[in-house]
Amino acid sequence: MSKEDYEIVVGLEVHAELSTKTKIFCSCPTEFGAEPNTHVCPVCMAMPGALPVLNEKVVEYAVKAGLATNCTITRQSKNDRKNYFYPDLPKSYQISQFDKPLCEHGQITIGEEGEEKTIGITRIHIEEDAGKLNHNEFGSGSLVDLNRAGVPLIEIVSEPDMRSSKEAESYLRKIKSILEYIEVSDCKMQEGSLRADVNVSVRKKGAKEFGTRTEMKNMNSFRSIVRAIEYEAQRQIEVLEEGGKINQETLRWDDVSGKTFSMRDKEDAQDYRYFPEPDLVAIKLSEEYIQNIQNHLPELPESRKKRYLEEHGLTKKEAKMLTASKYMSNMFEDTLAICKNSKAVANWLLSDVSRILNEKELEPEQIPFTAENLAKMVILIDKGTISSAIGKKVLEELFEAPKDPEEIIKEKGWIQISDEGAIKEVVLKILENNPQSIIDFKAGKDRALGFLVGQAMKETKGKANPKMLNEMFLEELKK
Amino acid sequence: MDITKLTVHELQEKLKSKEITVVDITKAYVENIEKHEKEVQAFITPLTKEAVEQAKEIQEKIEKGEVNSSLAGIPIGIKDNICTKGVKTTCASKMLENFIAPYNATVMEKINAQNMINLGKMNMDEFAMGSSTEHSYFQKTHNPWNLNTVPGGSSGGSAAAVAADLVPWALGSDTGGSIRQPASFCGVVGLKPTYGLVSRYGLVAFASSLDQIGTITKDVTDSAILLNLIAGHDKKDSTSENKEKVDYTKALKNNVKGLKIGIPKEYFGEGINSEVKKSIEQSIEIYKKLGVTVEECSLDIANYALATYYIIACAEASSNLGRFDGIRYGYRAQNYSDLKELFRNSRSEGFGEEVKRRIILGTYVLSSGYYDAYYKKAQQVRTFVKREYDKLFAKYDILLTPASPTTAFEIGAKDSNPLEMYLADICTVPVNVAGLPGISIPCGIDSKGMPIGMQLIGNKFAEETLLNAAYTFEQEIKFRENYEPTFKGGAN
Repeated sequence: MSKEDYEIVVGLEVHAELSTKTKIFCSCPTEFGAEPNTHVCPVCMAMPGALPVLNEKVVEYAVKAGLATNCTITRQSKNDRKNYFYPDLPKSYQISQFDKPLCEHGQITIGEEGEEKTIGITRIHIEEDAGKLNHNEFGSGSLVDLNRAGVPLIEIVSEPDMRSSKEAESYLRKIKSILEYIEVSDCKMQEGSLRADVNVSVRKKGAKEFGTRTEMKNMNSFRSIVRAIEYEAQRQIEVLEEGGKINQETLRWDDVSGKTFSMRDKEDAQDYRYFPEPDLVAIKLSEEYIQNIQNHLPELPESRKKRYLEEHGLTKKEAKMLTASKYMSNMFEDTLAICKNSKAVANWLLSDVSRILNEKELEPEQIPFTAENLAKMVILIDKGTISSAIGKKVLEELFEAPKDPEEIIKEKGWIQISDEGAIKEVVLKILENNPQSIIDFKAGKDRALGFLVGQAMKETKGKANPKMLNEMFLEELKK
Repeated sequence: MDITKLTVHELQEKLKSKEITVVDITKAYVENIEKHEKEVQAFITPLTKEAVEQAKEIQEKIEKGEVNSSLAGIPIGIKDNICTKGVKTTCASKMLENFIAPYNATVMEKINAQNMINLGKMNMDEFAMGSSTEHSYFQKTHNPWNLNTVPGGSSGGSAAAVAADLVPWALGSDTGGSIRQPASFCGVVGLKPTYGLVSRYGLVAFASSLDQIGTITKDVTDSAILLNLIAGHDKKDSTSENKEKVDYTKALKNNVKGLKIGIPKEYFGEGINSEVKKSIEQSIEIYKKLGVTVEECSLDIANYALATYYIIACAEASSNLGRFDGIRYGYRAQNYSDLKELFRNSRSEGFGEEVKRRIILGTYVLSSGYYDAYYKKAQQVRTFVKREYDKLFAKYDILLTPASPTTAFEIGAKDSNPLEMYLADICTVPVNVAGLPGISIPCGIDSKGMPIGMQLIGNKFAEETLLNAAYTFEQEIKFRENYEPTFKGGAN
């Protein structure tokens, strides 16, 4: 038997921090990056006697997520306590939801046109985040930062419907995109506001039963999720091929070595002693409440795609790529609002911007420049102030040190030469240095013109107006 | 005139007529504390010195007309599980021996807003777990009616201090009888309001679905006055009810004609002390004389309520007390070699025996494999208990039972048998399970001179009916005029 005889089964539990202004059970801000223990109060520090009060926005955001993923919204839900001891968990229990999650039985579609696949969503529930431990960061020992304690999360649990690392990645990208579109989470993976627990098992192709699964917790980059799934599936296949058995266990993925390590197995699995949270009352949602959220759900990618085809004349592929990320799509729309050239903007975003993002391993939301910057650059090209070759260089600059493109080209001296006298001087110089090209051109070899223009661009470091060069060379050659 | 013998409403009259000042009041109490605290041991943190200073400031404000609350300058004792900013809140535990809360409980905010004076933090059973105040890490409180007996618990410090005139009134908390039982042992009035009437914000949680802050006072009128102050919706406590404000003193009409009282027969069977039984029966006769219709009824679910109570209370406690882990505040063990040991040693050393017993029980009933048999079953029984009460309140306005099957027992008498201590809660516990209001008022004295308490139970949020029934009875028997604590016994 070999790898090809096995099928990989993946399920994801995605944790997304909600972008509410305040925490889930108190009014402390959720803002990332503050001084340790400055966004805290008796409630999120778990002072004796303090009580939680549920932030209604959290319910609203979770219901939005549920509706956007085609879930059934639970009309009467509740909170439960998940009990365990850890220094980053100040109450020694996490307020979560156990048997009555807010949303259930949803699904989303992944994959290319014509090859769509439906991935089931088991449930979406609300819960609070824990604090953060800083090990040896301030001298020896570990210190607890409770700024994150009580930041609202939704946990989106998928069915084990994915059959490859690629499908898992598309699923996660789709979830991320949906959450961004409905504006419930900023999904910044590098800040940990979107992370996933990845469940992996393998089975012989055609088998009906699932294999024993392992779980890798708190993964926060697409790349490591893909690598981890592939590594772990391969490891499991090898174990089975050698006649071994898979342990149901929690693993830690190590990005540096590219391997998984055992953290704890089922034997010492924790008993969380879930029970209904007595400090909170039941969450009862009326039909009007749910309908109202449904009516105000922001535009989702599908409808934007349609609009791009109809209003901006983009191709299906372009529209799909642009709408895959809300940031990208917003960048497109915001840029268009200033410079009107939809084809050019789409091109820049899908070719050069996307290429640089890829090279730098960045997500669209990490684009450092503004839509205004990009729009100005497109306008400069359209006006003939710079060439598109210079445009590429400006873009590189925008990624390095974003500022007004006009300033960039001034500083770098990249303004296009459109002065007739100056261009003529260059044209004459190039002709003088390349007599063979003149002969070739006159012999009917049109390629020679291209060569000459290229030489002239080289001479002017790309700053000469290519249209004027072309015209002037033709004029001179025909003399 | 001995100021400390007066009720708060009497003090208010004398302040109004300028017979006394608020400084006189606090000084009188401070003197009495100096005289009797040694033998009663009601305070964990007395604030006598601060109180005198505060009284002087408030007196000045009153004279300048800056303060016009009728409660300004009235002292109060606070059970030591209610958070007081800047003053230790220990829960009578080694775990919180030096803990100073950075915030005030909602009830404290209300008390401070009236310019009342916190005379001190009162002793209790550790984390409110117990019925005798013997489970305090710091000291045992003695019953002023007989210093060899317990004051009851867990609000034993509050009840003993009110009985001994060390504070004019006090706040307690009641999870399974912790206000009513000590009130009955100490011959004072103890009110546990309906669950949700008083904010729990800042009350260190024992069992969240059962805990309720209430009053311990010299008479029913004072209960109504203090309840007026502390009752009301609090947006910081999701379980507090949003009800219209009521003036409970207006409900005290000294008239119970036409009232219907049910007597659940289960409380008069085995286990009840014959003198207690006799006194309660006499009280029933008094009500009949006052024009009340009295009828025997049945509440046979009461037997299951006690088991239900201990499962739910311990389950919630095991989770609520998880935060005392030695990480952020409270006791931390000196010796540990890893994280698990830090948790384990801190909790093993910081909690007392009774607290640990209940944490272990609670952890057990929530454990996977046992949850359905215990916790889930208990919740189902709880629903039945509520339903049975609903049926009774469809017929009766008030239910009448003893507040405790016995009068105060001797210190140390139940040390060896915790189960016997649990059984002593049989009269009060079902009321918490159903979330109802209950009041304990003195109704007589036994042959040893110890007070006997009668419990009246009302329907949800029927505090007005309950207080009026208690008040009318109180006016009839005039217990305070006939009996007072003697501080006999002692020499511990």
